[in-house]
Amino acid sequence: MNPLAALGGLGRAVLTLFANFGKVAIFALDAISHIFRPPYYPREFAVALMNVGWLSLPVVGLTAIFTGGALALQIYAGGARFNAEAVVPQIVAIGMVRELGPVLVGLMIAARVTSSIAAEIATMKVTEQIDALVTLSTHPMKYLTAPRVLAALITVPILVGIGDIIGIAGGYVVATENLGFNAATYLLNTVNFLEVKDIVSSLVKGAAFGLIAAVMGCYYGMNSGRGAQGVGRATKSSVESAAIMILAANFILTGVFFSV
Amino acid sequence: MIRMENVTKAFGDNQVLQGMSLEIPKGTSMVIIGGSGTGKSVALKCILGLIKPDSGMIYVNGKDATKGDRDKFLARFGMLFQGAALFDSLPVWQNVSFRLLRGPLKRPAEYAREIAIEKLRRVGLKSDVADRFPSELSGGMQKRVGLARAIAAEPEIIFFDEPTTGLDPIMSGVINDLIREIVTEMGATAMTITHDMSSVRAIADNVAMLHGGVIQWTGPVGQMDASGDPYVEQFISGSAEGPIEAVR
Ligand SMILES: Nc1ncnc2c1ncn2[C@@H]1O[C@H](COP(=O)(O)OP(=O)(O)O)[C@@H](O)[C@H]1O
Ligand SMILES: [Mg+2]
Repeated sequence: MNPLAALGGLGRAVLTLFANFGKVAIFALDAISHIFRPPYYPREFAVALMNVGWLSLPVVGLTAIFTGGALALQIYAGGARFNAEAVVPQIVAIGMVRELGPVLVGLMIAARVTSSIAAEIATMKVTEQIDALVTLSTHPMKYLTAPRVLAALITVPILVGIGDIIGIAGGYVVATENLGFNAATYLLNTVNFLEVKDIVSSLVKGAAFGLIAAVMGCYYGMNSGRGAQGVGRATKSSVESAAIMILAANFILTGVFFSV
Repeated sequence: MIRMENVTKAFGDNQVLQGMSLEIPKGTSMVIIGGSGTGKSVALKCILGLIKPDSGMIYVNGKDATKGDRDKFLARFGMLFQGAALFDSLPVWQNVSFRLLRGPLKRPAEYAREIAIEKLRRVGLKSDVADRFPSELSGGMQKRVGLARAIAAEPEIIFFDEPTTGLDPIMSGVINDLIREIVTEMGATAMTITHDMSSVRAIADNVAMLHGGVIQWTGPVGQMDASGDPYVEQFISGSAEGPIEAVR
């Protein structure tokens, strides 16, 4: 492929993303409205809670602990350049809670949950299972989308909270074991420094990212093209779009909470 | 009664239905024949509202099928999909009694299971199939589970998309008899797509031949052999010579 054509392809992909944005927004509102309107499917909701929440815990924990540890090392090294090594607990706490916790958990959920929702629903679409649902008087938006979106909306903020704590713990272990911090002082500095607003912003971001992750998976699954290729494309696009939208939403929410 | 008037449907520049008109009287069995890829499945999905026609009208019991309460409308339908379309996350019995396990028709699980096992028996499947998952079954068995699911709620109108494809001759006979029985006993209106001429003769009251996006010929099954229509004659004889191209 010549470079110009490649660039054109890239431009088209970006344009389609924006064109899709309106459709996605309508889909998201529709999905949310079905959460509140019966019939409800408690069994499907329970399964979604399990898949989105519980089974994501290992990934979230591992991501957070390594990130928190690395953060402590970096801040210590950076702070040492102007004799500010002591700020490690404060910056680790703020970095994890405000930014890295929500963003990294959000991205891991996009990788884990968005992809699996998109692939599952897309496969159902191409094997006519969605059509079969409709003929059995079952609304796919209620049966498939609503339980997954609600589960993500509830569990991802919790996962982010857990990720924040584990991340801080990772920083704490590195700082007290390797960098010579006093354990009690480290904890005290962390707790005293964090504000309610930091924690609230973290959880709000978690809810927003959970919503994005589930909606993108459902949207691309429901609109999948035909055959195995259709499923592959739907999965890829869903993760790509979810990741980008999570990062964009993070930027906007950070602005809303912390500018001024 | 089902009536299609001048229904057209295209996918991109692939003109599939080009003015299909067909009438199926209440309580009768219509069989649609026609080469693969001529749009038979698309026609069924148009009636069900799963695909929106580009133009034309579809009436069910005199009412415009595209308007009105969809849930009520679909509650009267049963559909066997060409690829069975079983839910692979659910065991067989929960597929069959899907309507009875959730939503407005919800019943106790034991009752729903009993119904499922009874329907499975009707399509020639033993009760030990009930707890297996669809992916553990052969294609022909999946098809029969799909059939059991389609008839589970005793619908007034039933569509069968290639019910005997992939079945051995004995099982085909069982399924043909079952479809005939559903029409005569339950008084259901049935619409069946098939390529199997022995099925056509066993199931049909009326036959319609779809070709080139329109109904080329339709009439009672007794007149099929003497139709004088070159399309129908070629289809029955299975000859490569005739108006239907062998390469499509
Ligand atoms: N959802 C769809 N999107 C695009 N093309 C489709 C779709 N469904 C069916 N078609 C096309 O319509 C034509 C008729 O398909 P179908 O009704 O399945 O044939 P058959 O008569 O064998 O049942 C085929 O060319 C098929 O590729
Ligand atoms: Mg077909």
